[in-house]
Amino acid sequence: MKVLVAVKRVIDYNVKVRVKPDNTGVDLANVKMAMNPFCEIAVEEAVRLKEKGIASEIVVVSIGPKASQEQIRTALALGADRGIHVETDEEVQSLEAAKLLKGVVEKEEPKMVIMGKQSIDTDNNQTGQMLAALMGWGQGTFASEVAVDGEKVNVTREVDGGLMTVGLKLPAVVTTDLRLNEPRYASLPNIMKAKKKPLESVAPADLGVEVAPRLSTLKVEAPKQREAGVKVEDVAELVDKLKNEAKVI
Amino acid sequence: MSILVIAEHDNSSLDQATLNVVAAAKAAGSDIDVLVAGENCGAVGEEAAKIDGVNKVLVADNAAYGHFLAENVSALVAEVGKDYGHIFASAGTNGKDTMPRVAALLDVAQVSDIIRVESEDTFVRPIYAGNAIATVKSADSTKVITVRTTSFDPVAAEGGSASVENIDSAHDAGVSEFVSEDKAESDRPDLGSADIVISGGRGMQNGENFKILEQVADLLGAAVGASRAAVDAGFVPNDMQVGQTGKIVAPQLYIAVGISGAIQHLAGMGDSKVIVAINKDEEAPIFQVADYGLVADLFEAVPELESKLKEVV
Repeated sequence: MKVLVAVKRVIDYNVKVRVKPDNTGVDLANVKMAMNPFCEIAVEEAVRLKEKGIASEIVVVSIGPKASQEQIRTALALGADRGIHVETDEEVQSLEAAKLLKGVVEKEEPKMVIMGKQSIDTDNNQTGQMLAALMGWGQGTFASEVAVDGEKVNVTREVDGGLMTVGLKLPAVVTTDLRLNEPRYASLPNIMKAKKKPLESVAPADLGVEVAPRLSTLKVEAPKQREAGVKVEDVAELVDKLKNEAKVI
Repeated sequence: MSILVIAEHDNSSLDQATLNVVAAAKAAGSDIDVLVAGENCGAVGEEAAKIDGVNKVLVADNAAYGHFLAENVSALVAEVGKDYGHIFASAGTNGKDTMPRVAALLDVAQVSDIIRVESEDTFVRPIYAGNAIATVKSADSTKVITVRTTSFDPVAAEGGSASVENIDSAHDAGVSEFVSEDKAESDRPDLGSADIVISGGRGMQNGENFKILEQVADLLGAAVGASRAAVDAGFVPNDMQVGQTGKIVAPQLYIAVGISGAIQHLAGMGDSKVIVAINKDEEAPIFQVADYGLVADLFEAVPELESKLKEVV
């Protein structure tokens, strides 16, 4: 079966985020960018499905500016077969992203779409569910295990209080949680090979979607910083402070 | 325009998080209805009718909603909620699963995980793991919102006398089914609402060692949490994870044991009133946010903490 994986270019996981002095957003100039960590897990899961002989082809799609092609190439180096870049310099919010992905899904007709549960920039946790709704498909969100069985997939989900397994008819959307797998690193030969894999570029208009944000960001501020407190000498002093100073025990 | 709040529950009793969601809804408007979707959930409807400030409770009792499958519940919420000005739900895993589907079905945006209501169309939410705080305005006629419950003080569970109406509509999308669940049973308070939380990190070395935290927790009536590192290493189950992608907690007292303090962890506990850090690495970033830091070997400090606490609590 064909598997579609959606990946997003975001600020690198390890970069210290700085709010712009004019409070219009986060400073992304000259900041290291990378594939969203949850999307790496999605790519890895698709590659494992291919290694098991369940997936026949992996198509990776990313929405964003020209530079997003770097993340598509990374996915190709990890084992995806070809890429689709939906190129736009506009801010794409979750609902528009889901509509764009729907356009790609209708063209590619995959049996499964795997994507990260959230991106570490906007922390929305929406796009996979929205895509599933627009397609009328089932969804296995926050997945920690994916077991394909013929025309069905069982997805074990990380939920409040523990784990829950749902059975979904294919096609379906799966969104990844942290413990689904540990992504591999791309080898140098595979990075070289990835440069020759096909990568098609389309515009939102080609997919019949107008990118028009519904939410406007009025301002972005730095959070209130906590002040470092005091170091205590020993456990006795700690208990004394908690009881008599902070009065929390 | 009135507001629809989606009740969080387990078919037998109302989850207290619903009270925090109603509080957030009250900040956006006054005419509040509550939807209880589930199976054999009549008692929850009765409980919801007593919530202070609720106008009407709608109960959709159907096998299709028994396990809160997003495919089914979202169709119901979209049908019931389409004429409301706002639909509010908790940003727990049910809300996260279901509400984006509702938003897509209504062709509106969703505002996730809000921590403050500025006005009926403007909301404040953390982005970048809480390293930035965005104020967002929605232009949609129905605003679909999920709420970070720790950021809103709950309304009273008693005092209201809402009417209760049953809704017959049954939405079974037929694309998903419940297979099984594995939920941890614990006598300790819920991590998300406990007054005191004690969490362990990679420094705990293994799952067995979490026992020493549990002993302290039981003395204090605390919940036990963990860092992502401890969950990834398999020491403890996923539902104990505190952080950007796990549980968000804001207790009166948070005790971080053997946790270095990655920004993703701080995102989940940075709003705690008092933070204690116990770590043998004095350079650990957790000390930069801790009110009280103790540089010590946790395997000596925690048992000593237990015995000292026995003297005072």
